[in-house]
Amino acid sequence: MAALMAGTALAGCGGNNNSSSSKADGTADSASKAASGAKGSVYWLNFKPEIDETLQALAKKYTETKGVEVKVVTAASGTYSTTLTAEMDKSNPPTLFVIGNQQGVKDWGDFALDLKDTAIAKELNTDAYNLYDANGKLVSIGYCYECYGIIANPDLIEKAGHKMEEIKNFDGLKAVAEDIHKRAAELKFDAFSSSDMDDSSSWRFTGHMANLEYFYEEKAAGKTWTECPATITGDYLPNFKNLYDLCINNSLTAPTDLSAGGHNAEEEFINGKAAFFVNGSWEYAAVSKKVPNAVMIPYYCGVEGEEKAGLNCGTENCWAVNANVSEDDQQATIDFMVWLVSDPDASKTMVEQLGVMPYKNAAPSSNGFLQNAEAYSADGCYVMDWATNYQPNVDEYRKDLVSALNAYNADQSDANWAKVKEAFVDGWAKQYKAIQG
Amino acid sequence: MKTTAAAADGAKANPVKKRKKAAYKSGHSSMTKRSLRKWSWLFIGPVFAAFIIGFIWPFAQGIYLSFCGKFSVISQARIKGFENYVKAFSDETFFHSFWFTALFAVVSVILINLLAFTIAYALTQGVKGSNLFRTVFFMPNLIGGIVLGYLWSMIFDGLLDLWTTQNLVDNETYGFWGLIILLLWQQVGYMMIIYIAGLQAVPDDMIEAAKIDGATKTQTLFRVIIPNVMPSITICTFLTLTNSFKLFDQNLALTGGKPGRLTEMLALNISNGYSNMATRGMAQAKAVIFFLFVAALGIAQLVATRRKEVQQ
Repeated sequence: MAALMAGTALAGCGGNNNSSSSKADGTADSASKAASGAKGSVYWLNFKPEIDETLQALAKKYTETKGVEVKVVTAASGTYSTTLTAEMDKSNPPTLFVIGNQQGVKDWGDFALDLKDTAIAKELNTDAYNLYDANGKLVSIGYCYECYGIIANPDLIEKAGHKMEEIKNFDGLKAVAEDIHKRAAELKFDAFSSSDMDDSSSWRFTGHMANLEYFYEEKAAGKTWTECPATITGDYLPNFKNLYDLCINNSLTAPTDLSAGGHNAEEEFINGKAAFFVNGSWEYAAVSKKVPNAVMIPYYCGVEGEEKAGLNCGTENCWAVNANVSEDDQQATIDFMVWLVSDPDASKTMVEQLGVMPYKNAAPSSNGFLQNAEAYSADGCYVMDWATNYQPNVDEYRKDLVSALNAYNADQSDANWAKVKEAFVDGWAKQYKAIQG
Repeated sequence: MKTTAAAADGAKANPVKKRKKAAYKSGHSSMTKRSLRKWSWLFIGPVFAAFIIGFIWPFAQGIYLSFCGKFSVISQARIKGFENYVKAFSDETFFHSFWFTALFAVVSVILINLLAFTIAYALTQGVKGSNLFRTVFFMPNLIGGIVLGYLWSMIFDGLLDLWTTQNLVDNETYGFWGLIILLLWQQVGYMMIIYIAGLQAVPDDMIEAAKIDGATKTQTLFRVIIPNVMPSITICTFLTLTNSFKLFDQNLALTGGKPGRLTEMLALNISNGYSNMATRGMAQAKAVIFFLFVAALGIAQLVATRRKEVQQ
């Protein structure tokens, strides 16, 4: 068995040598290195189950063309942190892994190579999605970014006698949504798809929509967060409430049925049952098949000047290279990263799956929602950055928020909203304290 | 000539054969014993190795980690003292989980055993179709905890819809009773089987003697049957008690600890703590405390019920 594997590996190397000799200088260089035997290997611990298949195919292709062994392991959903803990301790730890936010930098920064001035850093076209530690070490670099907001179906909105142009702020959105909901029986579709609060969907609100509150706090303070603040004010919580109320009260599903979950908001939207769907750019592939002219609009929530709002852009997809593996492995890993972001075919595959890759030679994005995001920026609208990435002790924080929102969904009283506020604002301080020390 | 020679041969050979056989017989048993002893490691070894790899080693490592400071990977964990234990004892969610679990254990131990014994008693009275009933009652035990949790959450939500806008995950009380009902449904059948075995082992002559002495049915039950099935009661209370304390899958799937962390039982509380690096060591300390507690409780219960067992 081992002999058989060695045989195929050798055959692979031989084949590669022939095929790469006809290629351009840059690739021939690394190929000759591979042929000479002095090479490292790549082990990528991936955290997104949905892109596993693509990555496996890319890894195979890279091994075939360059003769460098690439192993991609994907942690099961929600287990990335514990998987990383276990894998990092092995004799062959991941050479490439993900550090997606400042908490990650604190926890895993010591394991990361400083990527400043490396070949991959030189490929970047922006510094916006990179993460640095307190000493200015470039711990991880964004390999793609995404955006979220409200996905809208212009056809349905027109069918209801409205125009997309009417939706330039919260009042516009509210008027359209409430009108559609009122006439839902006649129109045969409703305004918002279901806003389920089970674990498969609640993050759209406790993670994403909550971002509008944090972002406007940041904006009012005049500077973006670079680390988790100990407390937040909750000044813009009424704006969160505006949009949240609109979503749950003008929807296919009654607010009281949301906590149990079981509705498929994506399906409702792509089957034309709802005109609005709160989600992100990763939905483009699924949505555009049936609603080709779907667009993404900002979280309009009644903040002054929000006519100039753009989409929520950011990422948790940031590569870090393991500082504790051999230099050969590090080099092989960086070569592989460069290939992913510069090879026309590879980067095209990555972009299709992941959104925009902020690299000079990467394929342009075909994702309509990210094009919306870019169009907003081109119009001079402000990007709402992902302040939500700073949520302290994120699972616990969101858990408490979900339970408060569920109580509110069941009975939309002021007392219940006060509890939402408590989870949102006091919960932040409480969880911040919990993770210190 | 040939035949006589053969016969003589046979006559001569016979006693030798007998002797040989005897020698072989005694030698055989000691030889098997010796070779069994020689090869025993082959049979015990794999299981023992698995036990060490899968239980002893992680257990020892767990105890070690509970004394360590914050760590990202286990090889870098360094001893820091009792800090994690101090933190664990000042963690209010741990205390909530503890009392929630304790209450859950008390209620479920009582209900499961009462129901299981009652059903077992009824099914050993010679009712028609009791074999079918035994199978039916046992069947829920064959379904895994996660599946059961998701199924029951749908059932409960459907039922709750009839009189309230709240769902199972919105209310601690609903969550508590939901868990109790789920566990009853799953475990009563299993315990019933143990009780049936116990009840069938009660000597008929004892019951007959009681009848002749003029004992009523209740007297027979409490004075004759129950003392005789004490071994079953011991094992059933032990199983239900430890099962209730260790409950994890059902808790995860049915309520996931919701609302907030209010229906989080001990095992889930510990496991939720481990995924976060800041609370990892504390979770480990909680696990050690949890083990000591469940072990002490289990032993205390065994000792207490063993005393009530009668020798047949």
